Amino acid sequence: MNQPIRRLSFVVALLFSMLLISTTWIQFVSAKDLDSRPGNRRTLLDNYSRERGAILVDGSPVAKSVATKDELKYVRTYPSAKLYSQITGYYSFTYGPGGGLEGSEDTLLSGRSDKLFYRRVVDMVTGKAPSGANLELTINPKAQQAADRALGNQRGAVVALDPRTGAILAMVSHPQYDPTTLSSHNLNNVARAWKSLNADPTRPTENRTIAGNLYPPGSTFKLITAAAALSSGKFTEGTEIPGPATLDLPQTATNLPTDDHQPCGPGDKTSLTHALEISCNSAFGWLGLELGGDSLRAQAAKFGFGDALRVPMRVTPSVVPAQLNAPQSAQSAIGQYDVRVTPLQMAMVSAGIANKGTVMRPYLVKDTRNGNLDIIDQSQPEKLSQAITPEVAAALTRMMVTVVQSGTGTPAQIPGIQVAGKTGTAQHLKGGAPHAWFTAFAPANDPKIAVAVVVEDGGNVGNEAFGGKVAAPIARQVIEAVMKP
Amino acid sequence: MTTVTSFRPRNRRNVELVLLLLAVTIVLVAYLNVGLAIDGAFPPDLIKYGFGLLVLSVGFHLALRWRASYADPLLLPIATLLNGLGLVMIHRLDLAYGRTGSHLLAPKQLIWSALGVLIAIGVIIVLRDHRHLRRFTFTAMAVGLGMLLLPLMPGIGRNINGSRIWIGLGPLSFQPGEVAKILLVIFFAGYLVQTRDVLSLVGSRFLGIGLPRAQDLGPILIAWLASVGVLVFERDLGSSLMFFGLFVSMLYVATERRSWIAIGMILFCAGSYVAYLLFGHVQVRVLLWLHPFSDKALAASDQLVKGLMGMAKGGLLGSGLGRGHPEFTYFPESDFIVPSFGEEIGLIGLFALLLLYVLLVERGLRTALGVRDGFGKLLAVGLSFSLALQCFVVVGGVTRVIPLTGLTMPFLSYGGSSLLANWSVVALLLRISDQARRPLPDADELANVSSAHTQVVRRP
Repeated sequence: MNQPIRRLSFVVALLFSMLLISTTWIQFVSAKDLDSRPGNRRTLLDNYSRERGAILVDGSPVAKSVATKDELKYVRTYPSAKLYSQITGYYSFTYGPGGGLEGSEDTLLSGRSDKLFYRRVVDMVTGKAPSGANLELTINPKAQQAADRALGNQRGAVVALDPRTGAILAMVSHPQYDPTTLSSHNLNNVARAWKSLNADPTRPTENRTIAGNLYPPGSTFKLITAAAALSSGKFTEGTEIPGPATLDLPQTATNLPTDDHQPCGPGDKTSLTHALEISCNSAFGWLGLELGGDSLRAQAAKFGFGDALRVPMRVTPSVVPAQLNAPQSAQSAIGQYDVRVTPLQMAMVSAGIANKGTVMRPYLVKDTRNGNLDIIDQSQPEKLSQAITPEVAAALTRMMVTVVQSGTGTPAQIPGIQVAGKTGTAQHLKGGAPHAWFTAFAPANDPKIAVAVVVEDGGNVGNEAFGGKVAAPIARQVIEAVMKP
Repeated sequence: MTTVTSFRPRNRRNVELVLLLLAVTIVLVAYLNVGLAIDGAFPPDLIKYGFGLLVLSVGFHLALRWRASYADPLLLPIATLLNGLGLVMIHRLDLAYGRTGSHLLAPKQLIWSALGVLIAIGVIIVLRDHRHLRRFTFTAMAVGLGMLLLPLMPGIGRNINGSRIWIGLGPLSFQPGEVAKILLVIFFAGYLVQTRDVLSLVGSRFLGIGLPRAQDLGPILIAWLASVGVLVFERDLGSSLMFFGLFVSMLYVATERRSWIAIGMILFCAGSYVAYLLFGHVQVRVLLWLHPFSDKALAASDQLVKGLMGMAKGGLLGSGLGRGHPEFTYFPESDFIVPSFGEEIGLIGLFALLLLYVLLVERGLRTALGVRDGFGKLLAVGLSFSLALQCFVVVGGVTRVIPLTGLTMPFLSYGGSSLLANWSVVALLLRISDQARRPLPDADELANVSSAHTQVVRRP
């Protein structure tokens, strides 16, 4: 009987080897994955037991952890309450980290990231209590406050970029909320706040600049149509193109009228510059027919449409639909039909034109610092794409300057600073008030800031809204905040 | 030229004593560790418990010196260490849950441990030769099967954690399957040693494997039906797998025919599959096993998931005893004591723990190789393989090798029935190993005896 007993001992060895493998799999190979599973109470407690990193704007915290005496050793507070709510997001014991940097940079803030490995070892040796990394943002607090104040109680979004680097200077989405209500340790109140935030039809937790429901861009999209036209080589700023009161669309009974139902120039003709200046629908519709949907789509993609960006929060990609037929191309050329954008994308269009055609990758975190404020990681500006040639960019800049000087964008004028911009009024519901748009950069000869503003449903002006009247003053105030000391 | 060297056989009792003291020291250090980690103070009852543990284990050691001086020297220290570490973990969980008074589990477990050791000492003293057990072959079968099916009796059977493997008598609850395990091993050993010649006859050949005759299939079919019955009616895949695996492996050792293993595996797989198709509770177990993180599985139970998260948090080195959160898992002191250890002593500590079990099983199998009678071989194989299978079913269940079942980890888990049964297993193995390692009477002595007028054969 000894032979089978020896064989059986191999079976025993096999059984136990399987256990050694399975425990190794759980405790070593997939441990990280299990640790970061939602609802892992151990990870949550672990995170709460050490000081979470702060989020800093210009050196002062907009989110920080404060020591408490209860079981969770630190409570998260947001000193500016609502102003940075969509940027920071929330840090809730019940609902976890989310809604902004708290969610997307959780591993850094909590100190679990591999980037902090060396420091964790040092902390372990020196016996120092481990803490998370601090994030210093690119936000300019003056621009952020100006944007918040200018938007007031209207629903909408403002985003400002430094066109030379892609650094995000302001990111405001209205309505806002106070993340402190979710980070409190009074879990009943947190549950109540969470419920009412989620039930709110105005969706306050949403960051409209990058991840809200996408907006139709309206006439601001004409910048892309104009860029495509100039880049095709068939048109220059001065080229005369048809601009009738109503443009007949082929294959369909609907037509494309101008806003005031008047021709855009004498003899139903207009120059490209003038068409942009007065935002002539029929002229740009005609350009859409001439250039075709694919050309518009390709030009938009060069500006970043369709890219899944992370700033580091996830940005919803903006879209120009594929396979447009002729009337759809004409509609798309003026930013209607199914073209959908984020405000960040429209700011990137202005920034690209401002930066001689080079679109920079947008980013929100300037650098990552450890507990002693030593820099661990610094963001370097990075080129996203070359959307247009410098010559086309210069021509577009001249055209955008006329929009603000004498066209639809006059409310954006700033004494002493040349502003280049484009208005937009986007119909999105039949009979409903349109969204008001404005995107701009300044100073035109040496751009330091690019802005995009959208005010939902015409803001306080309602049906009267049009981009120049409602959105342009907001952009002006943000530019002023950055440019004027 | 060969030289015959005479050597004095060594009983290794002193090695056992040293290892035993080492085991007690490790347990006391672990206990001290828990006290310092949780209360930040020297646990005041350390000396009391340490003394108690020492008296029990040294008492057992002395009993071995007296009645089984050639017994295997590793079995007792390993069992002591495992039992002690289990006690430490249960005590640590008492503290985590803030239990007091009669709700404390560690003192109860300590009493059960003491009882287990006393019973084991009793077995060593009373049972002078394991072959006496052969007389009780069929008694063991009747009592064993009865105990296995006892939880199904209305009135005393209890459904705990979805498995009906408990009986309740007043405030006490008892898992009779643990004791049934030993009785059935005795029965299998006695039965198979009688019938092995018949069962190893080859009927026909198929794919080069000799198949047994159809009329010899009866016993395996009965064992199969019983195990499927346990699976279906007691909802316990673990016990089912263990009993059937035990029977098939002992059948294989007795007959040396691999065909029995093939037949057994086919029968078991078919039975499990049919049970899966027919019974909802089996399907839930399989779902929890394959997709524990799916919404459907989480709605049914997040027990397994919580255990996995605890183990993952432990990582390589563990949080340290008293510094993790094993209390977040359900039943961290019984079914899920292995994840509790994984969290606090890490993968490295868990490996050490598993290797202790490997060593325990290996010493048992070595005893089976060494012992000279067929019954003893089968008994030792059965007892040690049942330990191995039980470890596999428990640890495999919490680490997703097989579906989760409701068995307890030998020596570690909280539970009186389990402790009593496993200490008895160790006592039986010690008894058999004494027989296996005891030197044969030397040649001179035998020669003297055979030259005498009356032939006297010394009892081995």
